[in-house]
This record gives sequence, structure tokens and C-alpha cells, in this order.
Amino acid sequence: MSDSDDAKPVKSIKTPMRLAYQYTAGQATSRYLRGIGQGRILGQRCPSCKKVYVPPRGSCPRCAVATTEEVQLSDKGTVTTFAIVRVPSENISVPLPFASVHILLDGADIPFFSVVQGCPLDQVRIGMRVRAEWVPREELAPTATSIRWFVPIDEPDVPFEKLEAAL
Amino acid sequence: MASPCAVIGIGQTHHTARRDDVSIAGLVREAALRALEDAALDWRDIDAVVLGKAPDMFEGVMMPELYLADALGAVGKPLLRVHTAGSVGGSTAIVAASLIQAGIHERVLTVAFEKQSESNAMWALTVSTPLQATVVAGAGGYFSPLIRGYMRRSGAPEDTGIRVALKDRSNALKNPYAHLREPDISFERVASSPMLWDPIRFHETCPSSDGACAMVLSSERALSRGAHAPAWVHSTAMRSEPTQFAGQEKINPLAGRECAKELYRKAGIRDPRKEIDVAEIYVPFSWFEPMWMENLGFAPEGDGWKMTYEGATALDGDMPVNCSGGVLSSNPIGASGMLRFAEAAMQVRGQAGEHQIDGARVALGHAYGGGSQFFSMWIVGSARP
Amino acid sequence: MREVAIVSFSQSRHVRRDTRNEVEILMPVVHEVVERSGVARPFDFTCSGSTDFLQGQPFAFVMALDAAGAWPPIAESHVEMDGAWALYEAWVKLQTGEADTALVYAFGKSSPGDLPEVLSRQLDPYVLAPLWPDAVSLAALQARAWLEQKGRSERELAEVVVRSRRAARANPHALLSGDLEVEKLLAEPYLAAPLRRHDAPPICDGAAAVVLAAGDVARRVCKRPAWIRGIDHRVEAHALGARDLTASPSTRIAGERAGVGRGAVDVAELHAPFSHQEWILREALGLGAGVDVNPSGGALCANPMMAAGLIRIGEAARRISDGTARRAVAHATSGPCLQQNLVCVLEGA
Repeated sequence: MSDSDDAKPVKSIKTPMRLAYQYTAGQATSRYLRGIGQGRILGQRCPSCKKVYVPPRGSCPRCAVATTEEVQLSDKGTVTTFAIVRVPSENISVPLPFASVHILLDGADIPFFSVVQGCPLDQVRIGMRVRAEWVPREELAPTATSIRWFVPIDEPDVPFEKLEAAL
Repeated sequence: MASPCAVIGIGQTHHTARRDDVSIAGLVREAALRALEDAALDWRDIDAVVLGKAPDMFEGVMMPELYLADALGAVGKPLLRVHTAGSVGGSTAIVAASLIQAGIHERVLTVAFEKQSESNAMWALTVSTPLQATVVAGAGGYFSPLIRGYMRRSGAPEDTGIRVALKDRSNALKNPYAHLREPDISFERVASSPMLWDPIRFHETCPSSDGACAMVLSSERALSRGAHAPAWVHSTAMRSEPTQFAGQEKINPLAGRECAKELYRKAGIRDPRKEIDVAEIYVPFSWFEPMWMENLGFAPEGDGWKMTYEGATALDGDMPVNCSGGVLSSNPIGASGMLRFAEAAMQVRGQAGEHQIDGARVALGHAYGGGSQFFSMWIVGSARP
Repeated sequence: MREVAIVSFSQSRHVRRDTRNEVEILMPVVHEVVERSGVARPFDFTCSGSTDFLQGQPFAFVMALDAAGAWPPIAESHVEMDGAWALYEAWVKLQTGEADTALVYAFGKSSPGDLPEVLSRQLDPYVLAPLWPDAVSLAALQARAWLEQKGRSERELAEVVVRSRRAARANPHALLSGDLEVEKLLAEPYLAAPLRRHDAPPICDGAAAVVLAAGDVARRVCKRPAWIRGIDHRVEAHALGARDLTASPSTRIAGERAGVGRGAVDVAELHAPFSHQEWILREALGLGAGVDVNPSGGALCANPMMAAGLIRIGEAARRISDGTARRAVAHATSGPCLQQNLVCVLEGA
């Protein structure tokens, strides 16, 4: 064996880990995704506070009761707040920089997380009206990615005060 | 009914991007040994251990208290592992304190840590299932829209965040344990740093650190003869609210306000700004300082930014905040909350060295986590409650 | 010590693979335990137990908060451990006098991942985990050591299984139950010798919840509260080679501190996911032949990870409250081969 006087101490080891999980959507998310697969956005209304949640989770976090009443929502909405993201992250599929937004869909009572595309970044603003851009009809499937992102539409901005009241 | 609880030993590691000279066990042990030394105690003097850290995926070790039982001197003892998201460092200290207050143990070692370099924290925070679209890029991506909302609502000048970052990073130069110690930090450097998640700039963002913090808590009966006087726990409080529900106030969360109210009531504090000498609060993105000043009742709603502007939160201000440099300067996520609690205790023990506020007798430690939904806080003082 | 009791307990029907998500499983359980308790919301304290690695997503407990009802804001905490330790944290809170009531819940879906593989992530990340020693193989190592060092037999393992499955017939929440025969079991092939498939717990999804109340509050809401007369937990060294795998010293210490030996034990719910472990735990707790062990069927009949330990406490409490036992012992375990153990003594009066 040759001399190992230039052998460096072992400081770390890379131990790749791979665990496979089969995620369960659960009943509420399954219905929501099936709706998405049909080009529809379905929310749920809480029987207690009457607020409409989207994506629905089968329960109202405020009232801690199960939600079952389905409400079809428009795929148009208003940007309630946003951030321009410039830092890469492994799980993001949209090119940088992009506008990460909260959108209050017409008919919903909580904002929905998404991304705005097709608009210069400096024009993304609170109160802006947007609509979902779906994948082509033949590609629709029960997956959140059937909605690619949201794009601006030609409708007047919703005033800040009205938005604050809605939220 | 509760027995008084004292902090009699405090230790932490030198927070840095990557500790490649110690294993996870080595990291926690380093902090624990320093706390024991500070308390002039040995492992055998400890009755129970409470460990805290953030999501296990940050290191890829499931339920690490099992692996760390030996390193923490916990073999044969009760060992708990608390996890309340970002507030965990604080909650862990509160659970440890309750063991003393309930009269169950005389001396408890509490440790919080994160060795984020072992995995990928941003990935771990963004892990999503195929059932959701991945559009939120880490914590910054989540909070930046809220910050934008605060800016809009309060009318705060746009450079408020820059001023906070400059203050905290300058304070860090006085903290030998801080991760980011930048002697040439300046307003221009912060202002010209790249925007990460507009409106949050690079230098207005916490680092990702490897680090650990430990404290030895004791009953009155079991006080030891360490180098510093004990810091007495005057009150503790925790509050949680749901992640998101319709009509929820996310910029000035009710859970935070109620947590602070209960905290002050139990400590007999009526005017927090006057009666608290120094505060260590959880500010991972600079704009959280003005937001928490309001949430904690130090400033009326909408006016938190004025405290920053007026220099009230500076070392020489009337309400010094984050003299240690805060989370903006060191952020081992699971430990960050405990560091706030520990730094508060260090202040009232006169142990904070160059970043000591002279005559500090009452201090606030604050931590938050999740989508601004988990809050843990404590008030410590040099006087026995 | 303040008098604290369990005043209600609820669990889901444990299934191999639940099509509901964690919140959907948990919510009805929480509703039921709250209703049964007679305690009005809000609880002074809430604490839960769960683990991200089961779910394959960080912040599992955050999503579950929706089921607990956190509005208006609540005093709430969480341990990344079995719900038995969440119950311990809640008990401590009540001992401080800062709370008189507590809601404790736990949940886990083992079906999404490969549980024995997932559990290998609990091991030392530098020298053990990279070898991927699955939980069943490790338990088998322990079983082998126990059989040989104690001079016991595989027949005794089969007897535990037969008794457990038979008892589980009266438990609507159990996944496995039935009338088995020792000889038939011994004829089954090994899963990881000396353990056979039936010596290992079933993989399942489930949740459980308990309500704790102190002193007069407990007396007011519950006819026969299950008083926690003693509770303690201890952990052993991590490295399997550094431990006596055949004796569970941490269970013995916890049992002594909890006061198991201070009186006769009618019922013991022992969290023994593997059949040989029941024998080890019986011995560590000094339980004689007259003790009714695992009338629920135990973890061999339903093992919803993170809830199974809490369920042992709940099942023991139930038998105090319904009058079938005057004194009961409950045990919970965590980590490879019984590394960490919690023991709780419950009494009816």
C-alpha cells in the first residue's frame, strides 16, 4: 500500500436518499382536480360562515367544520397582492423572473396562489384583472398544471379599497 | 401555582453557512456544552432534555432526537422534541420552562438547532405534491406579497426595510456568534443589492445558517453558581391560528396580538414600550420589524415604521430591537427562535458583551413561524418574579 | 401534583389505505372527542403529534390544524413524535396551572410511503441510515436476540398474535382481527426470520384524540374520569449495539417512576408493534399473568403511526371510564427496537 500522507480527512459524505410516496388527494381535492380536468374551477362553501374556499380542502379552517357544498367559480379574478420572484428554486417550472400572485377569483372569498405571465413585470399591480390560461382542451387532465398561469384581461382595475373590503 | 423558572446557562455555536467540521451531533453538543459550562454544571446535573428544530427534511433525518439522544446526554432521561415551524426555538424553550414551572424537574437542558447545509432548505420548504401547482418560492416568495400589502397600507417609505437591514447587520458586528458579519455594510450596499422577491432585496433577507443554541433552565431550589446571575422567566405565551381562511388578517395577525397581550398580562406589563428594555424579535425579512412593532403593541397600527425611522429600535434608541443582529444576521431556522429567547436572557444577565444594553432588566424574546400563524414569546427579567 | 384525567377518547376506523387525506381523517375524530368530553371550546391548550416523513411533505401538522379549530387563535403546540408525547406535553401544561383543559390529537398515514424504509430515516445519518436497515429487519434482530438470550420460543410469539387478533374482534377500529391458530401461524413463511408477517404490525392510516381535564373540571364533565396517577418517559442510546435489546430498561425506569408497581394492574395497553416486544415490555413493567394485556388487540391489529401510542393510553382510559378496570397501565414507544418509551398509570378513583 502506498503512503497516504496527503490523504485528506473525510469531512462529509453524500448519501442520496430516495423515498417514493403515493399522495392521496383526499375527497375534496379529488373533486377539485376532476373539475380542473373538465376546465372548471370548483370551490366549496362553508355551511357556517358561508365563505367560498378555493382550492377546497373539505373543511373550513375558521369554523373547523366539513365543507361539502360545491360552487363553480369564474376563471377570472383580481390580483390582491404579488411579488416578483428573481431567485431560482428547484421546484419552480416558470422561467425567472416571474410574478407570483394572489388572485381573488370572482365568487371566491380567499385568494388563490398562482403566477401571472404575458405582461411586463412592472405592470403587474394590485387590483389588476386576470383570467386563467388553460392548457389546450385536449390536454386537460385532473392536475393543477392544467391551469398554466393567469394573464391580464382588458377590464378596469378593482380599486384598492374595494379589494380590502372583499378580503 | 407555577414554580419560578430561571435561565442559568446559555450557549450557542458560531453560526455560519456550513459547519463541515462537526456532525449534527457535534453541532448540538457544542451549544449544549457551552450552556452547561456557563451554568457551571455537568451532564449528570440535568434531569430532562427538550430538543427543538424545524422540518426534518432540512437535514433528511426523521425524528433526530432518537439519533441525538447520546449527544444530548439524554440516555436514561426524558427527551422531547418540539416542532412548531419557525417559532419552534421559542416553543421549545417554553415547553422546557413548563417542566420546571410544573415542578416536574429541577434542571432542564433545552437545545434547538438546524444544520441546513446537510440538505436543501429552500427545496424542503417548497416540496409540494403533484396535487398542487408549485408557485410559491420558499419563505421569501410567501412573505413578499404580505410585505407589499403592509407597505401599501401603512404608507411606509420604501427604504424602511433597508434601514432595518443596515441596523441589524451593523449590530451583528458586535455579536461574535453572528453568521453575517459585514464590516462594510452600508445603506448603499443594501439598497443596491439584487431584488429576490420584489420588494425584498438580497441584503434584506436572512441567511441560511448551520447553528445551535442551548439553555439550562433551573428551579429556584437548584440554582447553580455560574458566572452570571439568573434570568427569571416572568411569563410565556403561545398562540396559533389557521394558515389561511377567508377574511384573515395576515399582515397584523390576531394570533400575534393576542399572544403578546397574554404575555404582558401575565408579566404585569401595562406599557410594553416603556417597561421592556430590549427586545429580540423574529425578523427574517427586514420589513417584519415595523410589522412586529405594531403586532407587539410597541407602536399603533400603521406606525411601526416610524420606530425604525426615528431610531427607536437602534442600540441607542428607547426600544432597542435585535441587538444581536437578529435572524437577519444568523438563521439556523430551528434555533432562531431560541436564539431570540436566549439573547433576551443574556441581556438581563448582563451577558451580551458588546451588544449589551446597559441596565437591561426586562427583555422580550419573540418567535414566529408558518404563514405568520405560530407565535411563541417570553418575558425574562433580572428580578425574581 | 395536580389531578389530571382523561375525560374522553376517540379514534378513526383504521384502514390499510384511506382515500381521505389527513385532515379529512382527523376532523371527525376531533369532533367526536370534543362532543364526548362535555368540555366547551376553546380548550386552554392543544397539542398534537405527527411526523412529516410519513406524509412526504414538510409541515404536516400545519395542514392538520384546520381539523383542530384554531380560530379564534389558540394556545397550541406540536411534537414531531407519537401523540402519547403530545399528551405528556399537555399534561405538563395542566400541571403548571396555566391550563385546565387540553385537546390532544395525533394522526398518520403510513400508506403513502414504504413504511419500513421511511423509518430507516430515523437512524444515524452518517453510519446507519445509508445502509437502509428497514424497521422489520431491525425488529427481527431484536427478536432473535430475545429468543436466544432468554431461551424463548417462536410459539410464544404466535400466542401473542392469536390472543391479540381474538381480542380485536371486539374492537371496531382495528384493522386485523380473527380466530387464528398457533400451529397455522408457525407454518407461515418468515418475513424476516424469526419474524413472520403476522408478528409485524399492519400498515395503516388513522388518527386519534384525547381530552384532558384537571380536578373539578374533570369531575364535572365525566362520570368516571381516568386519572393519570403517574406518567414518565425515558430514552435509551441510539446505537443498537449499545443497548440491551432484550430488556427495555427505559420502560422499566419509566414504569417505576410512573408507579406501576404501587398497586394491582387490571389492564395494560402496551404499544408493541412486534409480537416479541410485548413479552419484553411485560417483563420490563413487571406485569404478571393476571393482567389483561391489549384488550384492544394492540398495535399488531392496528398501528396508525404517530397515533398508536396515544391510542394505547386512550384504550386504557376507556376501560377505566367504563368500569372494566380500576387500575390500568398504558405504554407508548418510539424509535427503532423500543428506543424510547412512555408509561402512564391510570386509575378510576
